[in-house]
Amino acid sequence: MKKDVAVIGVGQSSFVRGYEGSIRELAFEAFREAMQDAGITQKDVDASIFCSAPEYDKQRSPAGVLAEYLGLIPQPTFYVESVCSSSSTGVKVGYSMIKSGLHDVVVVLGFQKMSEITSAESQERMGRGADIQWEAPFGTMMPAYYALYAQAYMAKNGLTHDDLMNVRLKASSYGVINERAVYRKQVKPEDFKQGDPEAKMAGPVAWPLRVGDCCANADGSSCIILVSAKKAKAFSKKPVWILGIGASSEAVNMAARPDFTKGLSVGYGAAAQAYKMAGITSKDVKVAEVHDCFTIAEIMAYEGLGFAPMGEGKQLIREKATYKEGKIPVNVDGGLLSKGHPIGATGGSQMRTIVLQLRGEAGPMQVPGEPDIGLVHNIGGVGLYGNVTIFGR
Amino acid sequence: MGFEKFGRKSFTAVTKTAKFVDLLAEGKIEGTVCKDCGAKFFPPRADCTKCFSKNMDWFEMPKKGKLETFTTAHYAPFGFEGDPPYSMGVVDFGNDLKLFARIAKDIKLEEVKVGMDVTVRPLKYEDNQLSFEIAKT
Repeated sequence: MKKDVAVIGVGQSSFVRGYEGSIRELAFEAFREAMQDAGITQKDVDASIFCSAPEYDKQRSPAGVLAEYLGLIPQPTFYVESVCSSSSTGVKVGYSMIKSGLHDVVVVLGFQKMSEITSAESQERMGRGADIQWEAPFGTMMPAYYALYAQAYMAKNGLTHDDLMNVRLKASSYGVINERAVYRKQVKPEDFKQGDPEAKMAGPVAWPLRVGDCCANADGSSCIILVSAKKAKAFSKKPVWILGIGASSEAVNMAARPDFTKGLSVGYGAAAQAYKMAGITSKDVKVAEVHDCFTIAEIMAYEGLGFAPMGEGKQLIREKATYKEGKIPVNVDGGLLSKGHPIGATGGSQMRTIVLQLRGEAGPMQVPGEPDIGLVHNIGGVGLYGNVTIFGR
Repeated sequence: MGFEKFGRKSFTAVTKTAKFVDLLAEGKIEGTVCKDCGAKFFPPRADCTKCFSKNMDWFEMPKKGKLETFTTAHYAPFGFEGDPPYSMGVVDFGNDLKLFARIAKDIKLEEVKVGMDVTVRPLKYEDNQLSFEIAKT
C-alpha cells in the first residue's frame, strides 16, 4: 500500500437548482472551502485541472477563465472531460502529475452549471449524448439507456420495483441530513404508488425506470487538493491517501455491449485495477460512494465492486446493509439521487464525502467505527467510462 | 452526403458508410465485412479494427434474433417530442452481432418480453427518413 499522493483539502458548493451566479463564482465556492481546509494559499499550488461536461458550458475553454478567477495564474492549467466522471479523471491526471515528480501540489476543480443553458438547449444536447451516428437518430436519452440495463437485469435476477424504490428511500433519508444536497425531502413509499396522480415519483420516464429512479440535476462545484508525500507531511495533520486508482472504457453502442444482466463492464474493470493497486479486497472497504445516477445503477455497482455476488445486489438493500449502520454503508450523503448530480462536480463531491468520513468529520452522516478505507465509484456516460478510487488514512 | 436521411432524425450527413441508407432504400439492412480478415461489424464501419484494412464489403444482417432487452420512453429528446411513447431494444443474433433500434408500433407493449424471438425490417417515415425497426417474427 503506497502512500505517494494525498488529499489535504476538500470543498464543495451547495448543490442547487439554478445557481445565482456565474461559473467562476460557482467554482470559487468549492475552491475557497478546499483551500481553507488545506490551510494553503495560491502560491503553494503548482498546477490546476478543471473538469466539466463541456456541452453545458457557454464559456469555451473554461480552464483559463476559472484559473484567473481563482488566482491560480501563471501556473499551468488545463481541462479534462469524461462526462459524469470528469473530476475523477481529473484526480487521476493530477495523481499522475505528482507521482511523476512534475508537481507537488495540484488543484482539481469540478464544476457544472447545468442551468447555464435553457431547458430546450439541454434537451437538444441530451439527444446527442449517445452515438450521434447510429443511436441518437432513434431518440435515445440517458434514462432509456439505463432502463435497458434495468429491464434485462430485473428479468434475470428477480430485482423488483420495490427494491429500486428502497434505493431511493435510502438516498433521500441522507439527503434530508446533508445541508449541501439539492433534494432535502424524505421520499416515502406512497410517493411511488402506481396510478396515483399525487404520487410524484411513480410516473414512467423510460420504463421500467420511474421519476423516482432518476437522479436530481443540479448546479454545483467540487474541489480536491492533491499533494506529494513530502508536502503532505509539511501541510497537513490529517492527510488522506490515494491508495488505488482504476479506470476503464466500454463501447458507446448498445449493440456492442456484452451482457445487460451483468451491469456495467467498466465498473468491474476499474474496481479490479483499484483493488489490486491498493492491495485490498472489497471486504476492506468501510464506506463507499457509488454512481447512483439511477437506482438500478446503485444495485449494479454493489456487484461491480464486489460488495454482493453477481445477481444478488438486491439483498444488500433488502437487508439495509448499505445504510450508515450497515456492513457496507453506501452513499450516506444522499448520492446522486438526492445530493444531486452536477455532472463535472460529481466525482470530486463523492471524494470529499469519503475524505470527511475517513477523517471523522462527516457530521450527522458519519459512519460509526472510525472507517479507515473508503471507495469512490464514478461512471461517465452509460458505462462509457468507469473510475474507481480508493482512499485510506 | 446522404446519411442525413437515416433515422427519425439524423445528426450527421457525412460518413464513409452512407451507402447504408441506399441499402435501406432497397429494403436491405446491412453491416460491413472486412474483405481481408472477414471480421463483421454492425453498426457498419469503414475501417477494420481487427486488421486495420479499409477494404470493406457489405453483408445482409441475419433475420432471426432474440430481444435481449428493451425500454419504453415516455419522454423524448428535442426533435422527437411528438413520438412518445416509443420502445427501443437490443436484438442479439448470436456470433457477436447485435442491433439497437426502435420496436415496431404493431407489437403490443404487453407482448414484449426479454428473450422473445424477433426480426428486423426496414422502415420509411412519412417524411421519407429511412430507418429499421424490430418486429415480430
